[in-house]
Parts: sequence; C-alpha cells; structure tokens
Amino acid sequence: MAETTYLDAIREAMIEEMRRDPRVFLIGEDVGAYGGAFKTSAGMIEEFGAERVIDTPISEVAIVGAASGAALMGMRPIAEMQFIDFITCAYDILVNFTATSRYRVGSPCPIVIRGPAGGGTHGGPFHSLNPEAMFMNRPGLKIVAPGTAYDAKGLLKAAVRDDDPVLFIEHKYLYRRIKEELPTEDYIVPIGKANVRRSGSDLTIITWGSMIYVADDAAAELAKDGVSVEVIDLRSIIPFDEEAILNSVAKTNRVIILHEAPLTGGAGAEFAARIAEKAFDYLDAPIKRVAALDVPTPYSPPLEAAALPDKARLLAAARELLAY
Amino acid sequence: MTIDTHGLTRENLLEIDYFLRLTRTLEERLVALFRQAKVIGGLYRSLGQEGESVAAAYALDYALGDVVQPLIRNMGSILVAGAKPADIIKQYMAKGDSPTRGRELNIHFGHPARDGFIGQISMLGDMIPVMAGIVLAGRMQKRNLVGMAFIGDGASSTGAFYEGMNFATVQRLPLVVVLENNGYAYSTPTSKQSAVKSLADKAQAFGCASETVDGNDVLATYAAAKRAVERGREGGGVTLIEAKTFRMKGHAEHDNQSYVPQALIEEWSAKDPVVRFEAALVEAGIATAAEFESIQSRVRREVDAATDEAERSPMPRPEEAGMGLFAGDGYWEAKEG
Repeated sequence: MAETTYLDAIREAMIEEMRRDPRVFLIGEDVGAYGGAFKTSAGMIEEFGAERVIDTPISEVAIVGAASGAALMGMRPIAEMQFIDFITCAYDILVNFTATSRYRVGSPCPIVIRGPAGGGTHGGPFHSLNPEAMFMNRPGLKIVAPGTAYDAKGLLKAAVRDDDPVLFIEHKYLYRRIKEELPTEDYIVPIGKANVRRSGSDLTIITWGSMIYVADDAAAELAKDGVSVEVIDLRSIIPFDEEAILNSVAKTNRVIILHEAPLTGGAGAEFAARIAEKAFDYLDAPIKRVAALDVPTPYSPPLEAAALPDKARLLAAARELLAY
Repeated sequence: MTIDTHGLTRENLLEIDYFLRLTRTLEERLVALFRQAKVIGGLYRSLGQEGESVAAAYALDYALGDVVQPLIRNMGSILVAGAKPADIIKQYMAKGDSPTRGRELNIHFGHPARDGFIGQISMLGDMIPVMAGIVLAGRMQKRNLVGMAFIGDGASSTGAFYEGMNFATVQRLPLVVVLENNGYAYSTPTSKQSAVKSLADKAQAFGCASETVDGNDVLATYAAAKRAVERGREGGGVTLIEAKTFRMKGHAEHDNQSYVPQALIEEWSAKDPVVRFEAALVEAGIATAAEFESIQSRVRREVDAATDEAERSPMPRPEEAGMGLFAGDGYWEAKEG
C-alpha cells in the first residue's frame, strides 16, 4: 500500500472535507493557482474553483478576519498562514475577535487557522516559529500540533468539524520526511487526546510536533541501558490531556517535558505546573524541561542546531533525573 | 416647498423620525441610569450623529439578510435593524438576561445572520475584514445580501481598515463603509489622524467608489447610502462614504471635551440633524409638529417600559463566569434551544 507524506495527509484532509461539506473553503496567500508555498493545496483550485480556494492579498488580517466573518455566517473556512510566523500579523483579530466570539456574545466562530511552523529547516528568525505558548493564555482557541501523518489528517478533519476555532500547527520539517500508510476510510483524531507512543515505567517524556522523533530516539538509546521510557505525544495543547499526563507521572514518577519553542514561558511551564499541583506526591525527582534557548531561531545551521533542543540534551536531562 | 425624499414614503419618513427620537431618548435615559450608577461601564453619546446612523442603516433591506455593523456611536443603526431598547439597556446594566448575559458591554452584541447586525470589538478597524467575510459568505451562499460597516475618522488610521478595504475591493464584495468624520477621535482632531483633504480620498488607495455627504442631512445621507447599497447589490463592489458630522459630547460621559473649541460646538448645534429633518418635513407639508410630539410620546413610553424591564432583570450568576467558552457545556445552546 502506498505511503502518504505528512504534507499530503494535510492536503487530503482538506480535499476530503471540502468534498464532504460545501461550507468548507480554503483562503490564503498563493493557495490557488500556485497550490501554496509548500504545495499543500496543489490541485485544489482545479477541483473546487477560485470561489472555494481563495487567493488573497498579502494580508493576514484580511485572511483571518474574512474567515471569521464567513464562519459567523455558517461557513467552515480553513485559513492558511504561508508561514505560521505571520500569524502574529493577525494576532489581534484572532485572539480578540475570533477566539472570544462565543464567550462574549454567544456566536460560534469555527475557523481553522493552519500553517507551517517550527525550525530545523534553516528558515531563520521569521520562518521558524513555534507559536503555541503565545495563544495558550488567550482563552477561546483550541491548539493542536500533530507529529505524524495519521494525526495530521485526523486532527485536521476534527478541526474542520469542530464548532470552535482551532489553531492547527503543522511542522514543516516533517512535510516530506514523514510517510505512513493511512486508512483509506474516513477517520478523525479527537482534539484533546494524547497518544502514548511508547509505554514505559521509569521515565515519562511529554512532547509534541517534530520533537516526538527526538523523544523516540532518546527512548531507544535509554532502552539499551535498561531504562524503560514512556513517550507521550500530546497532539493537542488546548485542551490538553491532563489525565494522560498525570497517569503517566503516577506510573513512572519522573517526567521531562520536551518542546521546540523557547523555554521561558513555553507551554512546558504550564504542564510542569499542572504536574506539580496535581501529582507532586508521585514525583521522585524534579520536573525537567528541555526546550530551545531563549533566543529567536538563528539561521546558520550550527547556531540553529545549538538553539533547538536535541537528543543529546534530552539524554543528559534524562540521566540527571534517573540518577536523582 | 417640495423636497426630494428619494423614494421614501411619508410612512418611511415618520419611521425614520421615530428611530431618530428613539436613539436620542434612549441615550438620554442611559445617561440618567449612568448618573444613578446603574450603567456601570462607559457611556458613549451619539448626540448630533443620530442622523447618519439611522439614515444610512435605513437604506439596507434586512429581509434580504443585509447586515449592519455599528461603532459605539451608531446605536441608531442597530435600532433600525431591529435591536430592542430593553436589550440595549440590559447590556449597559450588565444584566444576566442581556443578549450577551453580562459578558459584553453596551452595543457589543448581535449575530449577523440571526439579528441583521453585529457589534464591533474595541480594536478599531478589525470589523472591516470581518464584514468582508460576512458578505463573502453571503455571496458563496448565493444570497444577495449587502453589508454596511461604520468606522470613524480615527479608526481609518488603522492597518486593519486598509487591509479589509483592500481585500473587499479586490473581491468586489457588496460592502458599504460609512466613514464618520465627527471631528475628533477621543481628543485627537481629524487633522492629526490623516493628511488627506477629504477622508473619502482614501478610496483611491483601494479603487472603490466613494462620496462625501453631509452626515447631518438625513435625506442626503440616506440617498448616498441607498446608491451605495444598490451598487453593492448589483455587483458594483465597495463604496466608501465619508459622512461629515460632529461629536457634540465628549468621547464618553467622563470627558468634558474641554479640548473642543466652543465655536465649533455652537456651529454644529445649529446643524442638529433631528431638528433639520423635522423642519424640512414640516416645511414641505409632509408632517406636522403634532405628529412629532406623538412620536415622542410613543418613544418615551417605549423607553420607560424598556427601562422597567431592564431594572427588573437579574444580574448574572457568578458560577456562569467559567462557562460558554467552547461548545459542549450547553451554556449557549440552552439559551438558543
């Protein structure tokens, strides 16, 4: 059976949702005739026409604003950010209008905002963002960050069908590097549910996005030393699977939170706090976080590699915890 | 002397007068409630601007699904669209059975598809791209609806205004944008907002139609809005209307507008839109002063009843504060069902 890339999983999810539901449409920069900067929407304008695959001016405010207005009218827009970094240009309208609409006035505003995130591709300071933390403290937006092709397709379908706005963070490092056999039938991955990628008893690594593969590698290496590591792919950041986190910590008594975004004020701080509040008695060692340096993501490969978390830093943190 | 009523019947004209007086009387009631500390948030008067709010919104056809989006000084426009005075007072009084159940202030409420109007958010300019999306959806749904967005001279300085106008014009969307030039944005005069001679000139940046109108002339504003609505409905795209008017009160009730020259206030007092409109109707033999008195009596009764209803309403229950953020907890669904 043919394997599907992470990128094609996203494209297939959009196409299948647009075939299923005439309310769904795609709006963004260069998404039409060009098929998207990464070819995520290749072929879509040919099937659905310019009315449902809408090329916009360079204006993230117009993309998110128009998607939000259309969603209020009953449509199900998918708004593409050419790079997720540019979501900051629409931050105001997204967090103040879109995310608050249901709570403030009882008007659901179910848009999906998606786009390529993350580093490791030498994109430099303006094309490497991991944006989850800057939205976590602005209630009203769901946030998902798939690391597998299966989850990318299933979570995107769940996001399109969700009755609230969803920020869908796709990791561009994975676009063509990850290939999986996917089910031929329609499926969704529920928002808010973590996936236990690897079951273990000595140490938990909580992570998401492309960092799941760093966690896999570290776990395999630690297994050689007889250490049993549990890897939890959170998949959803808001709402997050607190039960899966607490259950794992209760089992392993040691936990590392690994994320690609900078350390300070990162999503890991919230998860660490939640564990400290609710599972303190289970801990045999301090909660560890492994994350990027507190710097913008630099361009040059040696600098970028040093700024982003990697297996060596994860292993060092793990060994420190295991020896505690 | 005859006047051009632009196709409006006598009944239409008297209805416009009703909305003008309702707007003014309701705001005066809100001031009284504010002074009794029953209105707890800011109170922003539209005194002197009721004419363009009501007249422009009167050019829409709400039966066709048209949508109006007010700014803070366009309460008159949502009254035309069907907002209930009691709901507005409850919003100001933060009541639990207000349209937003106490979550939002003043006229920040309304659903475009259900109510025919949608309240603004406070980040000025943001509603222009949102309104573009509302009428874009209307086009995708094959509904021939038109949207009307109000924006101020100050908000026309924002990036969101430019980005929304540009997108809407490129897409040739049926959108009418009424740019109220009322002289001041809080304390900042229009001359310190924009260097263009006329705010309507901003249309040249987008390539949309535009015109400038005397916003204190009810019939002229209605005529301009009607032309723009028809243009939008016939596929002619966006129109930017600059409505020249004047803010007769401070930014909000706390602001004594000491920064506004007295001569300007006196000059614009003489141009009061309600007085001018009624005088024109009397002079043309269309209506009598007695009829306006009768409209005022009706308005006063309605505002009294709305006030009583709002005062009797409960405050929201504190345990609701954490509810209704996402679908699934039944909070809003229970209200709709």
